[in-house]
Amino acid sequence: MGKTLYEKVWEAHEVRKLRNGQSQLFIDLHLLHEVTSPQAFGMLKDLGLKVRYPHRTFATVDHIVPTHDRTEPFQDPLAQSMLDALRQNTQEHGITFFDLGSGNQGIVHVIGPQLGLTQPGMTIACGDSHTSTHGAFGAVAFGIGTSQVRDVLATQTIAAQKLKVRRINVEGRLAPGVYAKDVILHIIRHLGVKGGLGYAYEYGGSTVEAMDMESRMTLCNMSIEGGARIGYVNPDETTFRYLEGRPYAPKGAEWEEAKRRWLSFRSDPDAPYDDVVTFRAEEIAPTVTWGINPGQAIPIDGRIPFLEELPEEERPVAEEALAYMGFRPGQPIKGVPIQVAFIGSCTNARLSDLREVARYLKGHKVKKGVRALVVPGSEWVAKRAEEEGIAEVFREAGFEWRNPGCSMCLAMNPDRLEGDELAASSSNRNYKGRMGSPRGRTVLMSPLMVAAAAVAGEIADAREVFGVVGAR
Amino acid sequence: MLEKFTVIRGRAVPLRGEDIDTDRIIPARFMKALTFEGLGQYLFYDERFDEQGNPKPHPLNDPRYQGASILLVESGFGSGSSREHAPQAIKRAGFKAIIGESFAEIFFGNATAIGLPCVALAPEDLAVLFQMVEANPEVEVEIDLVQKEVRFGNRVAPLFLREEAREALVQGLWDPIGELLEAGELLDAFDRKLPYPRRAE
Repeated sequence: MGKTLYEKVWEAHEVRKLRNGQSQLFIDLHLLHEVTSPQAFGMLKDLGLKVRYPHRTFATVDHIVPTHDRTEPFQDPLAQSMLDALRQNTQEHGITFFDLGSGNQGIVHVIGPQLGLTQPGMTIACGDSHTSTHGAFGAVAFGIGTSQVRDVLATQTIAAQKLKVRRINVEGRLAPGVYAKDVILHIIRHLGVKGGLGYAYEYGGSTVEAMDMESRMTLCNMSIEGGARIGYVNPDETTFRYLEGRPYAPKGAEWEEAKRRWLSFRSDPDAPYDDVVTFRAEEIAPTVTWGINPGQAIPIDGRIPFLEELPEEERPVAEEALAYMGFRPGQPIKGVPIQVAFIGSCTNARLSDLREVARYLKGHKVKKGVRALVVPGSEWVAKRAEEEGIAEVFREAGFEWRNPGCSMCLAMNPDRLEGDELAASSSNRNYKGRMGSPRGRTVLMSPLMVAAAAVAGEIADAREVFGVVGAR
Repeated sequence: MLEKFTVIRGRAVPLRGEDIDTDRIIPARFMKALTFEGLGQYLFYDERFDEQGNPKPHPLNDPRYQGASILLVESGFGSGSSREHAPQAIKRAGFKAIIGESFAEIFFGNATAIGLPCVALAPEDLAVLFQMVEANPEVEVEIDLVQKEVRFGNRVAPLFLREEAREALVQGLWDPIGELLEAGELLDAFDRKLPYPRRAE
């Protein structure tokens, strides 16, 4: 009987069984940022413990960084104190820190892959739920809480519980103008925001195999939005081509050996799954959310649902969503005016996202009255985008070109919605108040769809706005 | 020695709503702090207070439920962000346990690791408990982690809790750091065996 990648990685990292029946799992790579770590360092200090293997932890600053003016001290003294604490903690414990201006600062889930830190067959943990992003490389990567950050710092292990594995096949070719973001919103819409509880999601099938690495990262990034703590794709030639030559990737003779090792983690053809689900790529349209969780999504041509059309258990949240968003059942989502357009976040702030948008945005202008922001995922992405002329395309169109950080996605920095503003956003969560205003509203979509909304001043079909070939 | 959770007794606050995410439990702007201290006061802040800071109608603001120590929730509680700030805020607001239909994975793990038991009831039992507490806030609820049941009124409902988590809570092993440290040199063997990102310059 074959095994899944998840099982193989688990077995290679299980140190021993704990008395309560959980496993002690070794973590190869620990990523750290400023919001969920200072308390963990505090706990270490209280316990008189040291960081056991500092060479396995890498830190950066992303959540609280102002994206407009990063001159220090920051205007917000609390934000400055979090950055200072991270600087001090990493220095004291000998942890590599990619600080502001280092050329490698950025959103933790953007810089890990970019530097080649993220590699197949690894266990990766970080105090952030979108750690699932790194699963795109065939790593078992998941978000942890601060007490577990402490555990990893002190022992490089956590107490963990093995998950079931659901294989999610996506088969066929995506239509032009349809992206990984649409695929994952479609999947969550069908499996539900609780559908993944207790599961790791293994994504496969011809659509996923044809995706580049950055698309796979978008897909895995939002696994957590479907309730699955982990999402991954088996490593293949696409993975290796992406990794080769990156600063922390193995080199020379080690490279060939690493590839052999990485391939050995792939799920076997006869691996058993706890569940298998298949989606057809042709059935996926540009998808947008209409509600207050990422599962409340519809195709861009769709209407906001009537309560009666929904399964009974979904109606209370749908009712709450309609009231919060101020939408009418049966109303088309297309044409809803927006006030803010945000391209950024760990879901969609990579170079390929910005390149794709710039390709279509050139020559268009952001509609008057729309506040449009593009926030690159890292200093490296920002630099490349400047060099390639992408930044200039955004600026000319009327977007504000910002410095790297998490920005509006969770608004722990000056970027936030005001009042009940509605944002077209490439981020991952449309929760009530998520973008910093307790009444602010978020509609999730792909970066190209955000650009289309910015140009149209309303939620629009990017295929129509930009004349994407293949549009109906 | 860690506290051993066997029987937890108290009054409950009924908090209706499916898929309540951790952003709602503790909005991100209250996470700009170096410790978890004082988080209790910001629990469900935007649902409890308006933009001027005036209280809004909310079960947690309802005088009838003051002093309750069990939080009653529906399904998918704690979805979204991995912030441990969420269970920390609940615990620091004085809650000793959460009863619901289901919990998000990371939230459940975070809560258990700080000694905040999250137990599930079958939907029909949970519905009865909600009705009972909403009709009479004085109802005493008893969570028995040894007998694996929740008792309220004259009803005894079986509780569901992952066996590993239950063992950990009952035996006082819910904070695993001590046991993880016991692995000692075994950890060094793993560190030597497993490759890690090494810059080859």
